[in-house]
Amino acid sequence: MLYDVLIDPFVQMFALPDFFLQVLWEGFVSGVLYALIALGFVLIYKSSRIFNFAQGIMVVFSALTLVGLHSMGVPAIAAVPLTLLVMYLLAMSIERVVLRPLVNQPDIILFMATIGITLFLIGFGQLVFGGDNKVMITEQLGIPTGAFELEPFGGFVLIEQKDLTAVTLAILLVVGLLVFLNKTKMGRAIRALGDDHQAALSVGISLSTIWVLVWFIAGVIALVTGVVWGARAGVSFALEVIAYKALPVLMLGGLESVSGAIVGGIAIGILEKIFEIYWGQPFLGGNTETWFPFIFALLVLLFRPQGLFGERIIERI
Amino acid sequence: MIFRTAGQFKTSYEADQALFPIKQDFYLVLGVLLLAYVVFPLTASEFAFKALLVPVLIYSLAALGLNILTGYCGQLSLGTAAFMGVGAYATYKFMSIFPEMNIFVAIFLSGFFSAAVGVAFGLPSLRIKGFYLAIATLAAQFFLVWLFEKWAWLYNYNASGAIEVSTSSVFGITVTGPTALPIVQYYCVLIVVTLVTWFAINLTRGRYGRMWKATRDMDIAAELVGIKLITAKLTAFAVSSYIVGIAGGLLVFFWKGAAEPNLFDIPLSFQILFIAIIGGLGSILGNYLGAILIVALPVVLNLLPNALGIPIDSATLEHLNVMIVGALIIAFLILEPHGLARFYAIIREKLILWPFPY
Repeated sequence: MLYDVLIDPFVQMFALPDFFLQVLWEGFVSGVLYALIALGFVLIYKSSRIFNFAQGIMVVFSALTLVGLHSMGVPAIAAVPLTLLVMYLLAMSIERVVLRPLVNQPDIILFMATIGITLFLIGFGQLVFGGDNKVMITEQLGIPTGAFELEPFGGFVLIEQKDLTAVTLAILLVVGLLVFLNKTKMGRAIRALGDDHQAALSVGISLSTIWVLVWFIAGVIALVTGVVWGARAGVSFALEVIAYKALPVLMLGGLESVSGAIVGGIAIGILEKIFEIYWGQPFLGGNTETWFPFIFALLVLLFRPQGLFGERIIERI
Repeated sequence: MIFRTAGQFKTSYEADQALFPIKQDFYLVLGVLLLAYVVFPLTASEFAFKALLVPVLIYSLAALGLNILTGYCGQLSLGTAAFMGVGAYATYKFMSIFPEMNIFVAIFLSGFFSAAVGVAFGLPSLRIKGFYLAIATLAAQFFLVWLFEKWAWLYNYNASGAIEVSTSSVFGITVTGPTALPIVQYYCVLIVVTLVTWFAINLTRGRYGRMWKATRDMDIAAELVGIKLITAKLTAFAVSSYIVGIAGGLLVFFWKGAAEPNLFDIPLSFQILFIAIIGGLGSILGNYLGAILIVALPVVLNLLPNALGIPIDSATLEHLNVMIVGALIIAFLILEPHGLARFYAIIREKLILWPFPY
């Protein structure tokens, strides 16, 4: 029994290295997507201390808008900018209608408000686009759909091109975001707002402009996530649950760290896959991916209460 | 005018700290109890019992449990539904192992199981705070629901994977199962809810309630004045999960009649959190007001188009419902972030002073 649990899985990993590599790759791809969602959370938390629960539904909503526009006859090239416009309008109306009246309220109220936004968007999305499953317009957007076959260690590893595209897109997005946050005036303003609201306001940074901007960026991230995830699994409201997958990532990486979101996302993606394949399915009846990331992040948090890369929590009386 | 306090003199500290500082509060509570115990059962239809009265009571009990943890002790929890599940499954196991057991004894005993699970998942709260803790409670949510699904012993190896309530009776009256009358079930739930509410009111006004409130307001300061955080936080987790577990048992045995693991999934947790927040964190009354609103809203929204004669197909109506509930939640948060209980407090204050402004 002990041998089965403690040693045998590792033996299997070495006995079938090509299968192990496949598992790693799958985990890595989903980890990158978790990291993307977590990034949306982090951006908004950093700049406004709002725990944005609506990020998951924003992913669904943006993907639905894109697919819905395309099915109405708008060509894919035009549908993307139009979707971006919709996300901008969404960001603006959220700021105007929800956030502005709630400035300075306790965190939990703002958190609840984002759940309200989630419900509203679920209802609205279903009303406009219908609740049924849709296919992402992968080919029309020019995403390749073939697969590479590699043969390391005399084995066989399958790498799908759309996964590769997903990873590339994610890396581009993250690099672009880091440049934007660190090198541009607006990016500096966002970080200043994250450090101290009042100080940022007093040097003339406009709270509402930055909030719209940040929610818009979160919307762009949501669109990218929606496109690549939708290409893998189709577009439906079930996608919304992947937002929950981003939460342990946030815990692990820290709520306000961009690099934490990326490292945490990839770590969680890989570890949950490995645990599911080598321990979950043989011993626990499978489907452990729902809780393993949370328990894992919880254990890490017991040693570092602010996550791996989060800002140190300093408490004063 | 209604709340005129003239002539009600307090001559001792005890009188000043009494549960009902003015007589009108007492009459109001009496009136509400009369309404709940006599008027509703006489007038309500079967639909009203099943769709309004019983759900309101059960949801407000669950929200009360959550409120003790989040509103009084300041530890945000997103795993309420899972603890309800623990209560429900424990009651189910009790009833299937000891079929002769009194259902109320089973429900109150199974509360201890969910309390134990709650304490176990509350342990990280000693080290983790704020949103990190909220996410950590999600670990309980997902792990426990997964456990309800995979641990076949819990549902007696049923092929369906669901738990079904068998018929049981107390003092010769059938209280659970398909043959039980709605009015009997309503009274059962009402009695349990009244008892637990009475217990909770006294608990939150006493020593433990003060410990929790101090912890909520600032835990380091509370520790400095000599409050043991470990006791304060863990008792809050225990009491909260106990009440939530009872609510879970009631939910399955007196309302739904059967339950699958996904009943205790995260939407239920959020619904209860909504009730607690819209009602008002840190208030007992708020849970009832919030539950009335959240339960009645979809029912009213469903009936409204028919009443107005607007033809809408049911799918559209459902989507509209979700949308309107979301919008109303935001609207309520903007109008009164402290919840409906604060509304009541303001009205009461005004009524005491009326007709003078202050």
